[in-house]
Amino acid sequence: MKAIPSSEITPEEVYLSRRRFLKQALVLTGAVALAACAPQSVATNPPGDDGATATGSTDELGDRLTSYQDVTNYNNFYEFTTDKVAVARLSSGFISSPWQVQVGGLVESPKTFDLDDLRARFDRQERITRLRCVEGWSMVIPWLAFPLRDLLNEVRPTADARYVRFESLYDPQQFPGQKDKWFNWPYVEGLTLAEAYNDLTLLATGLYGKDLLPQNGAPIRLVVPWKYGFKSIKSIVKIDLVAEQPTSFWMAAAPNEYGFYANVNPNVPHPRWSQASERRIGELGRRDTLLFNGYAEQVAELYRGLDLKANY
Amino acid sequence: MPKRLLTILLHSLSLLPLLLLIINGLGGRLTANPIQAITQRTGQAAVLWLLFSLSCSPLQWLSGWHFAGQARRPLGLYAFFYAALHFLTFAVLDYGLNLSLIGAALLEKRFILVGLLALLLLLALALTSNRAAMRYLGRHWKRLHRLSYAAAALAVLHYLWAVKSDIRQPLLYGSILLILLTLRLPPIRRALIHLRQRS
Repeated sequence: MKAIPSSEITPEEVYLSRRRFLKQALVLTGAVALAACAPQSVATNPPGDDGATATGSTDELGDRLTSYQDVTNYNNFYEFTTDKVAVARLSSGFISSPWQVQVGGLVESPKTFDLDDLRARFDRQERITRLRCVEGWSMVIPWLAFPLRDLLNEVRPTADARYVRFESLYDPQQFPGQKDKWFNWPYVEGLTLAEAYNDLTLLATGLYGKDLLPQNGAPIRLVVPWKYGFKSIKSIVKIDLVAEQPTSFWMAAAPNEYGFYANVNPNVPHPRWSQASERRIGELGRRDTLLFNGYAEQVAELYRGLDLKANY
Repeated sequence: MPKRLLTILLHSLSLLPLLLLIINGLGGRLTANPIQAITQRTGQAAVLWLLFSLSCSPLQWLSGWHFAGQARRPLGLYAFFYAALHFLTFAVLDYGLNLSLIGAALLEKRFILVGLLALLLLLALALTSNRAAMRYLGRHWKRLHRLSYAAAALAVLHYLWAVKSDIRQPLLYGSILLILLTLRLPPIRRALIHLRQRS
């Protein structure tokens, strides 16, 4: 970090009027536009100019939260664009309300939830998790989320159900990236039933004390913190319990590179990116990547007896 | 356009990627992952300037434009310059000169190995891109500098293997390279020169 000369520090009255201006701008242009131009913010409590707030300031390992600015402006979301820094701008007009999530397949009581239903029925809580992208960078994010398990208990999977299949919205009008036929839309992801019932498997509807912005997967997304980021599917419209292992978006795109499990594992190399180390966004150096992204205690049991190299 | 102006234009355009990198860097506009952004931008510039440099000779055969021939060397040197920046970003900024991590990455990732090979070829070419070396090497100089074709091919392969699934851009660069190399086949080259002399 560079030291800021005192000449560059904004006088208080200018700062305060800027705050007023920003507040008005918030009313006028909405939170999304504001987030795109808000000054660099760190995890703050009480909220900063961007309204971002979090109860905790670190994860359970003591790692600091990634700034709200970075979390909302550096996004892999190919439905909008492959350019990570352009997602925030391109997604600002995304309409995520009303929104329905259809939960069905091998369940006793299939249900379609309005997002408001979901919010009313399942208490969301702050859950701070690490997100490790397969490209070798990572973040620490304070989600507002509830366990996927709660939702599954509500629809009651039948005895035949072995996997959960998730599907993102398909709407090329809203998702310009879906006009690109190079990829097999819509985005699909999957978990084993045991993975889906794990404590760490979350459905998030917010982060930093606010509802999810489009670039982060509004209005509802999966969070599977011990797996590479692409498993945490965004803007979910469909959740099905199935008997067969689903083929995920990335498995279809490059089966030799992306497997079904995609557990974070420093010992299983990927042909493009080092998986032994990673860069935490906001830091300069590299840090070691942890087995299961540091959640081995909670999830290693799920893979007992499974060859993790063959089942990447 | 007078040659002097063309030369200034060539150098300004060639320094533009570096200038933009510095301006964006100072303005904090290199994304939340600036090291990755620097790596990608310098890499892109290296491949592009290699292709520019390799376009010079065919352009000269076809148009008789002398400046095209003179631009070949500086463009190639700029390609090496960006490739060196690209490598330094990887080794110093990204891996903090951690030799065990770098060594492991080299052994583990074929695309890094291929990239390093391309860089070493470009280094040899850059070191011999002066009159003294040309005099010393004589007719061998030309043979040596045909390695630029191999360097370009390796650089495109490096890019192809480095991108995530969507390989259209490296394929585009590869196709352009293929055309530029095909134009160098003696019968085609002769035809190009003939074409110009007749018109």
